[in-house]
Amino acid sequence: MDRVPLKLNIAGLSKADYAGNPSTLCKGCGHNSIANQLVQVAYELNLRPQEIIKLSGIGCSSKSPAYFLGMSHGFNSLHGRMPSLGTGALQANHTLRAIGVSGDGDTGSIGLGQFKHMVRRNVRMVYIVENNGVYGLTKGQFSATAEYKHELKYAGRNDFPPIDICMEALVAGAGFVARSFAGDAKQVRELVKAALSFRGLAVLDIISPCVAFNDEDDSRHSYAYGRANEKALQELGFIAPQEEIIIDDYDPGTVQVVELHDGSRLTLRKLEADYDASDRLGAMARLQKADEAGELLTGLVYYDDSRPSLAEVSGFGATPLAGLSDEQLRPSRESLTTLMHGYA
Amino acid sequence: MGVGHELGRHHSEWERSVVNDFSMVVATANGTGSQTANLTLLRSFFKMGIPVHGKNIFPSNIQGLPTWYHIRVSHEGYISRKPPEMLVAFNAATLAEDVASLPAGGVCVHNADLRLSSDRTDLTYYPVPVKELLKDVDVKGKIKEYIANMTYVGVVAHLLGVSLATIEEALAHHFGGRQKLIDSNLQVVRLAHEWARTSLEKTDPYRVEPLDKTDGLIMMTGNEAGALGAVYGGASLAAWYPITPSTSFIDALREFLPRLRTGPAGEPTYSVVQAEDELAAIGMVVGAGWAGARAVTATSGPGLSLMAEFLGLAYFAEVPAVLWDIQRVGPSTGLPTRTSQGDVAFAYGVGHGDTKHVVLLPSSIEECFEFGYTAHDLADTLQTPVLVLSDLDLGMNNWMGRPFEYPSEPLKRGKVLSAEQVEGLGFQRYKDVDGDGITYRTLPGNENPAAAWFGRGTGHDENARYSERSEHWEGNMNRLAVKFRTARTLVPGAIIDETPDSDVAIVYYGTTRYAIEEARARLADMGLSLSLMRLRALPIGEEVGAFIARHPRVMLIEMNRDGQLTAILRDDLPELAARIDPVTSLDGMPLTAEWVIERVLERRQTPVSGTITDLRSGSGVEVPN
Repeated sequence: MDRVPLKLNIAGLSKADYAGNPSTLCKGCGHNSIANQLVQVAYELNLRPQEIIKLSGIGCSSKSPAYFLGMSHGFNSLHGRMPSLGTGALQANHTLRAIGVSGDGDTGSIGLGQFKHMVRRNVRMVYIVENNGVYGLTKGQFSATAEYKHELKYAGRNDFPPIDICMEALVAGAGFVARSFAGDAKQVRELVKAALSFRGLAVLDIISPCVAFNDEDDSRHSYAYGRANEKALQELGFIAPQEEIIIDDYDPGTVQVVELHDGSRLTLRKLEADYDASDRLGAMARLQKADEAGELLTGLVYYDDSRPSLAEVSGFGATPLAGLSDEQLRPSRESLTTLMHGYA
Repeated sequence: MGVGHELGRHHSEWERSVVNDFSMVVATANGTGSQTANLTLLRSFFKMGIPVHGKNIFPSNIQGLPTWYHIRVSHEGYISRKPPEMLVAFNAATLAEDVASLPAGGVCVHNADLRLSSDRTDLTYYPVPVKELLKDVDVKGKIKEYIANMTYVGVVAHLLGVSLATIEEALAHHFGGRQKLIDSNLQVVRLAHEWARTSLEKTDPYRVEPLDKTDGLIMMTGNEAGALGAVYGGASLAAWYPITPSTSFIDALREFLPRLRTGPAGEPTYSVVQAEDELAAIGMVVGAGWAGARAVTATSGPGLSLMAEFLGLAYFAEVPAVLWDIQRVGPSTGLPTRTSQGDVAFAYGVGHGDTKHVVLLPSSIEECFEFGYTAHDLADTLQTPVLVLSDLDLGMNNWMGRPFEYPSEPLKRGKVLSAEQVEGLGFQRYKDVDGDGITYRTLPGNENPAAAWFGRGTGHDENARYSERSEHWEGNMNRLAVKFRTARTLVPGAIIDETPDSDVAIVYYGTTRYAIEEARARLADMGLSLSLMRLRALPIGEEVGAFIARHPRVMLIEMNRDGQLTAILRDDLPELAARIDPVTSLDGMPLTAEWVIERVLERRQTPVSGTITDLRSGSGVEVPN
């Protein structure tokens, strides 16, 4: 379908119109898969690129907004500071819709404070964490979401328990919390679509395996791997081209085991169809149980749209602050005269 | 003018009168509500038409530590800090020290309930029986403590000759007409005033008389004035994190914005967000600036440190932002409630790499207001952060000023292309089309599909595309240097007040002006003439070098240790570097005219020196009377 360039959506755009620049990330990186799904979703939802802004912090994940929606304004900001930049931008223009892309280091470490405060403020944004548990650009350190006692060649053993992005979002008061896997294109698209229609901050923690550095056997899902291949991956200057991991759709309530590039396995458990996403404590319990079982829970973990967004709390009218006329921006001459009398 | 000038006009008991020309200090404990009492006195003098200024010298504390409020009245209009002749001693903890610091002939109004064991016989003492006076006052426990300070208002009013009607007027101003509060305070003032009238014999020379020198003037703090300027500059988003002494800037915004910035249905056309820290505060400001709203933050040194990374990003990605730094004493937490000009060097270059910022240097409430809106015009015009460097003294204290003039020019929103303009002109985000280093930008939401660009702190080409190519990096950085040269022609110029063949030339900025300008008048009386140049912004314009070139040497007076602006000027004007002598003060207190006079007289007697010396440690020079 997307090979037919002239097939236009209701917005009058082809899928190619939603593309960005070519990706400079590693071949097979899960982040590329997510960027592709964002293009697809924008096309399917007939989004107008002019109404979207793309925001990110720093890291591999944060480069990706350049790789989708090329006709939308975007800002690749500072490490861990996308939330504040996004908050300001969306207060300035609350008629825009925002897609924020962050990583596990960007959100879980340097930006944890800004992330949680953005959740508290319920800024209207789709906040995607492309989570791979490792620092890619600096060649393979653990991130705060790395699994407890996980071992990597460069970083050694991780002696500290991970930060669970979904749990942090729940604790901070998020109304939309979801988890998915980059290779599960259908689920990613569904969740992104739902997130785009949410009134406040929607957190999507998307497990997106790093093809280059998170390349060790997972201690919990141990799987012997070809020695020759392993050696090649140890060369930091050489990143073997990999295929994107795409998984088949799996049913709600069932488990899907995914083999990663290094041969390790990831166990995904899709939330069952009758799962009650409105129970916050229940959601925390499920996340905790899944963690204990060595599974990654996927799907919409929590949903509650009762809390107004920051823009709604601010009580803005139809015109965004960035669209006010000079007359609206500068109070009248008379008002200043009156005010001055009060200080005489 | 002092004692001598009054002789002709007054007789008998007032022959030693010192009228409308003295300083007083009120010593209390922090958190006892003395601010209301002090501001009542300040406002009363102002309402009597006497030029006046108050300085709060307070601790970093909520309750209990000593605080001093200095009030200076001056019929000549001089309002720099001057050592007080009159003391209101209401703090047991500092009583001995406060009394000891008075000059001979000084006056001590003190709470009689405190133990005062001074053997000084060269002072006039007025003990006030505070407990006794409050015995019959009908207010409840805690309020009684607050209201106790009103006793010294009543006694001082009597001693100096301030009418009760004036006090009432001042209280009405302070409490915004809330009669209950006015009445409860006024009853104590009356009580104390009546007691003083019947029980005290005035034997000191200090008093006030009505004048007409504050007619048409206003009184306001620098932070209020700056905030008001921001509002008239169209600031629509304020993001901040509380820090002394900048908090009252945002408090003022939160007072003015709801009154002045609402839409047709009464909805707010502004947003004030209290951020989780200063990193987030400046992040929000930069985000709003990128999206096209005028945005401002206010902070002080420690906060500015945290904002460094975002300021570098905004400089490089070329995003408008306005930041008010109400300077306090650093480094580190430093003296958080004392004043300083210690952030100048950091502010000018904050950010790593070759970062340079536009810095505005207000000296008065009028300039706080004017720079309040000018900062936003400059930020939009130059697409860069503009840092306004006020200080604690200016920001938190009440100053007289002329009513603010409405901006004479429309808002300057800079080179922002509409969808139609993108169609007609084309759009390259970082291409220097006009040769002034300032490129064109578009805002998110622009309907033209060709309008989108991707902001980033990474290397980019003229189309804002990621680039690591050396020529792109160099070209872009050199264009930013061209833009900074353009900024030199746009920022507020230096104010030059030159005397031909002057004995000494002084360069200065900000609140040091009050001491320097008073010193100039005093030195003129002694036959010494000064030429003055007050800087109002960085980068400097051509007039600055020209002024320095006309003088064999200039003293550059500032309130930091190393002469930060001296270093900036020497760097900017290498051929004139040896002419610039740093003269610095770093005790956290606003300058006095006496200190300036001493420094000038010292300089007159020493050869030109290019080295930085701490002149304060030098031997004292007699100041002729």
